[in-house]
Amino acid sequence: MKKRSIVPIVYIFLLMLPIYWLVTMSFKPTNEILAGFSLFPQSFTTEAYETIFTDPTWYWGYINSIIYVSLNMVISVCVALPAAYAFSRYRFLGDKTLFFWLLTNKMAPIAVFALPFFQLYSAVGLFDTHLAVALAHCIFNIPLAVWILEGFMSSVPKELDETAYVDGYSFWHFFLSIFLPNIKAGVGVAAFFCFMFSWVELLLAKTLTAVAAKPIVATMTKTASSAGYELGLLAAAGTLTIIPGAIVIYFVRNYIAKGFAMGRV
Amino acid sequence: MKTENQKAWFFVLPVLILVAFNAIIPMMTVVNYSVQETFGDNLFFWEGLTWFEQILNSERFHNALGRQFFFTFMILIIEIPLGIAIALSMPRKGFWVPVCLILMSLPMLIPWNVVGAMWNIFALPDIGLLGYFFNHVLGINYDMTQDPTAAWITIIAMDVWHWTSLVVLLAYAGLVSIPDAYYQAAKIDGASNWSVFRFIQLPKMKNVLTIAILLRFMDSFNIYTEPFVLTGGGPGNSTTFLSIDLVKIALGQFDLGPAAAMSLIYFAITLLVSWLFYTLMNRENLNDYEEVEH
Repeated sequence: MKKRSIVPIVYIFLLMLPIYWLVTMSFKPTNEILAGFSLFPQSFTTEAYETIFTDPTWYWGYINSIIYVSLNMVISVCVALPAAYAFSRYRFLGDKTLFFWLLTNKMAPIAVFALPFFQLYSAVGLFDTHLAVALAHCIFNIPLAVWILEGFMSSVPKELDETAYVDGYSFWHFFLSIFLPNIKAGVGVAAFFCFMFSWVELLLAKTLTAVAAKPIVATMTKTASSAGYELGLLAAAGTLTIIPGAIVIYFVRNYIAKGFAMGRV
Repeated sequence: MKTENQKAWFFVLPVLILVAFNAIIPMMTVVNYSVQETFGDNLFFWEGLTWFEQILNSERFHNALGRQFFFTFMILIIEIPLGIAIALSMPRKGFWVPVCLILMSLPMLIPWNVVGAMWNIFALPDIGLLGYFFNHVLGINYDMTQDPTAAWITIIAMDVWHWTSLVVLLAYAGLVSIPDAYYQAAKIDGASNWSVFRFIQLPKMKNVLTIAILLRFMDSFNIYTEPFVLTGGGPGNSTTFLSIDLVKIALGQFDLGPAAAMSLIYFAITLLVSWLFYTLMNRENLNDYEEVEH
């Protein structure tokens, strides 16, 4: 047993190296970064973080990202729940085709759609709103949520539904008060994945926003090009984008493995 | 058995409307561009299938496609076995399990631009940890902005760093679902480690591994942001994958027609390969189901 645990330890150590490097960079002043190699910050500074937390163009980037990600999470899970129930419990005309068509949307290369998305959301007057990004991210998050929830729902025995109907429950009463608590873990995992993919995707988010709903990384790219080469500031901004993910993953830690298997183990 | 119920369509309707709004309208825009020529000012001329012929015969597209397939092949051949090996060596229960899982998932929760920027900082020749290690500790000349091989190695290392955990988590989910009794029976039979893997663990992981291959194929075939931030497709064109090339044509040169035609060809290839995986996956599920039935 002892010898075996070396593999995960080495693996995790290697995973942490680039993250460590990013975090160290964020605490170094710019001239130290450019002066040469040092494993630890020689003159420790939190200047970069102070800039981010005091400059509205920086911290609004984070707030914007969190707003559209949360919005997307709520929309995706709410519409995916009934659909996943339908796929897991009923046969209907075109169900298999529809399911595969949903999945194909996760396969579409996002880069392909950047320009048409821009035109579409400009045309409906949603350009540069949080809702635009939240809705656009639905294209890959809804299929994913349906897929995960369908997996979790299918592992709940059908007898549960039948007993409830025999007992005279209406559909919605059954669904909300009996069925939903049974797939709590699945809902949590689906929400987590929606959060994750909406949080990491920035090509669409950048394309669909200009000022009012600009995500954090758009600010980062602008800084990288306009203010010369402020590596420390970039590293600090990057470090801060890791934190929300680390927080949400803590809540689903016990279901993570099953969740990644889309509830199909 | 599922019951037949056409009313189920009402349950699916909201999903259908939202996804169709996002998928069908932009897709039609792309189709529209792919058969026309534009000189700006919203002037469009019918071109028929010219762009498709041009793209399919162009060396540039062949090269990008070749690089793309090579990249995806490398990713699958490294990440899948590595992921299985790590999952096999992970503890099955106890305090360390959630710790391992959280730490391993961390790379997947970092925005893709940041992943690219992070690896850029990490691989800088003289001031990055990786670059410094190669150049000054190992004494190997390493500069990903100059040397295509170094650029390739960095991009592959970045993707392995970013996504191997997905395979680990999927394989691990399959492994923990194996009841202890299976292992006890194998022990009584005096089965070797290899036969335990071959006849107990691998079959149990089959489903999740198919999902892993499908997801890794789709995402690595569509990769854009990370290599774009890391190398910008360079040096030269050596790491210009399909998506990067596409954006160069569409937004760099504003050749919307050829770019749209290329998008459709690209999407068709992804769709075809994914469909093969998907059918394979469902057939396996069906076989398992029949085994239970008999």
